[in-house]
Amino acid sequence: MSALDAGWTPPPRSLGGRLGDLFWRRPGLLVALMLLPPVLWLGIVYIGSLLTLLLQSFYSLDEFSGLVVPEFTLATYAELLRPSNFDIILRTVIMAALVTVASAIIAFPIAYVAARYARGKWKALFYLGIMLPLWSSYLVKVYAWKLILAKEGILTWLFAKLHIAWLLDAILAIPGIGGNSLSVSYIGTFLVFVYIWLPYMILPTQAALERVPVNLIDASSDLGGTPAMTFRKVILPLAFPGIVAGSIFTFSLTLGDYIIPQIVGTSRLFIGQAVYTQQGTAGNIPLAAAFTVVPIVIMGIYLTVAKRLGAFDAL
Amino acid sequence: MRSDGDRAPLLLRLAAAGGLIYLLAPLLIIFVYAFTTEEKSFVWPPPGLTLKWFSVAWSRPDISAALLLSLQVATVATALALVLGTLTAAAVSRTRFFGRETISLLVILPIALPGIITGIALRSAFSTFSIPFSFWTIVLGHATFCIVVVYNNAVARFRRTSASLVEASMDLGADGFQTFRHVILPNIGTALLAGGMLAFALSFDEVIVTTFTAGQQQTLPLWMLEELIRPRQRPVTNVVAMFVVAATFLPILAAFYLTRGGDEIAGSGK
Repeated sequence: MSALDAGWTPPPRSLGGRLGDLFWRRPGLLVALMLLPPVLWLGIVYIGSLLTLLLQSFYSLDEFSGLVVPEFTLATYAELLRPSNFDIILRTVIMAALVTVASAIIAFPIAYVAARYARGKWKALFYLGIMLPLWSSYLVKVYAWKLILAKEGILTWLFAKLHIAWLLDAILAIPGIGGNSLSVSYIGTFLVFVYIWLPYMILPTQAALERVPVNLIDASSDLGGTPAMTFRKVILPLAFPGIVAGSIFTFSLTLGDYIIPQIVGTSRLFIGQAVYTQQGTAGNIPLAAAFTVVPIVIMGIYLTVAKRLGAFDAL
Repeated sequence: MRSDGDRAPLLLRLAAAGGLIYLLAPLLIIFVYAFTTEEKSFVWPPPGLTLKWFSVAWSRPDISAALLLSLQVATVATALALVLGTLTAAAVSRTRFFGRETISLLVILPIALPGIITGIALRSAFSTFSIPFSFWTIVLGHATFCIVVVYNNAVARFRRTSASLVEASMDLGADGFQTFRHVILPNIGTALLAGGMLAFALSFDEVIVTTFTAGQQQTLPLWMLEELIRPRQRPVTNVVAMFVVAATFLPILAAFYLTRGGDEIAGSGK
């Protein structure tokens, strides 16, 4: 390019033309100008808000007046370690981890078939099967599950029709995760979480699988690898960054959700609900802010590890 | 990854089919419930079928008001996200510069962090600077997390668009704006349309951030949430739910056909 620049350059025609030439010679300027609006937006609106929130978490609530005391203290963070609050964090993290693992297991065969075998009509069906639940209204999906899991709903009916109603009763009788009906049990919450976030796991996994060169698989079997070995030594390692990328979504989204456990599940709180009640009815903004710092820290660690595993290239 | 001719092992096919049923069945159930005659419970199978809830839902002013607000917010938020997302994508994909990684992290952050964080962060910022809740506070939140959808679509297309097309246009005497208008825009146009539609859908459906930024205003998802927590008229909710599912179906199909092409432009391969 520099050879061209040094030679003949057409006379600038207009302001637009001159600007264009300027940008062509100094691409850095154009990039800076292009980045200015989004960086300002995200910097001010988003990062700015996050920082004000973070600041709040170092304040505390006066027990008697119920007012926020704007003085630096770590007391609010110490409150997080109280058993009642710590239980909330633990419960949410365990749920997020279980949901992530279950999503990965259910997503893999779908992603694999969609990436490798589905053609024509089937390809479209798989696309719809993944995209329709992904883009359908979040609340409508939760609502659908409320219908499904209700005591008089379709699952109870299905179990009865198959003459295995006793199985449902047995599942509901499991202490801890069972309950009166599926819609008020942890099993219900878990099922809905997995359902809602599953497409977020399928898509990156599928993208990673589509990038696996088929001649690697052929080579593996030519060299005597059994399908199981090919799967373990070739396909899985190549798909892994995709799965990690998906897990960022399933994990993060479960950590912060407060609507699903509110509508389907027990009355015990998850982090999102704790934040919501603390900032709303309780009016304890500092504690709410401290609660939100928990998922930020967890996700910070998670994203760092994910980056090491190459998940960002698979997004 | 194409190995034509072979078929998936049976177990794999069963697992995939089971997964698809799990994904699609709940949405189909919504369609059945919209016609049920049962008013008080979610009993299955529906005792009878009726069309009367459609007219009831149609004549409810609270539903149409919420729908209108949702459409307005989604339109404005999408427009903002299109501009900001495309700019970022163009900058990030064209050049390597210091802080490039930070920029892409910054864009992804609003969606990588749980929505409740974005929501409460915005609310605490609004109250700190005493900004009253309005149409624009909702838009502010929505545009922030819609940027990433546009960005993702645009950045993928920019990567596939060969830089030599732009160079050829410049060599042939086009200035920067002509190049943008006649070469870059046609190349990324469908990606932007797809990204824009997805951003619209995302905004139209958003509830978590909106609960913190809406104040007393009610978007359609907020109406739905209210109905979920304190059900007043279940059949009407069923109808609205069905309408929403049906409404998302068309943009998704359109986005599918729009993003599928685009590889075929001569010389665009890298």
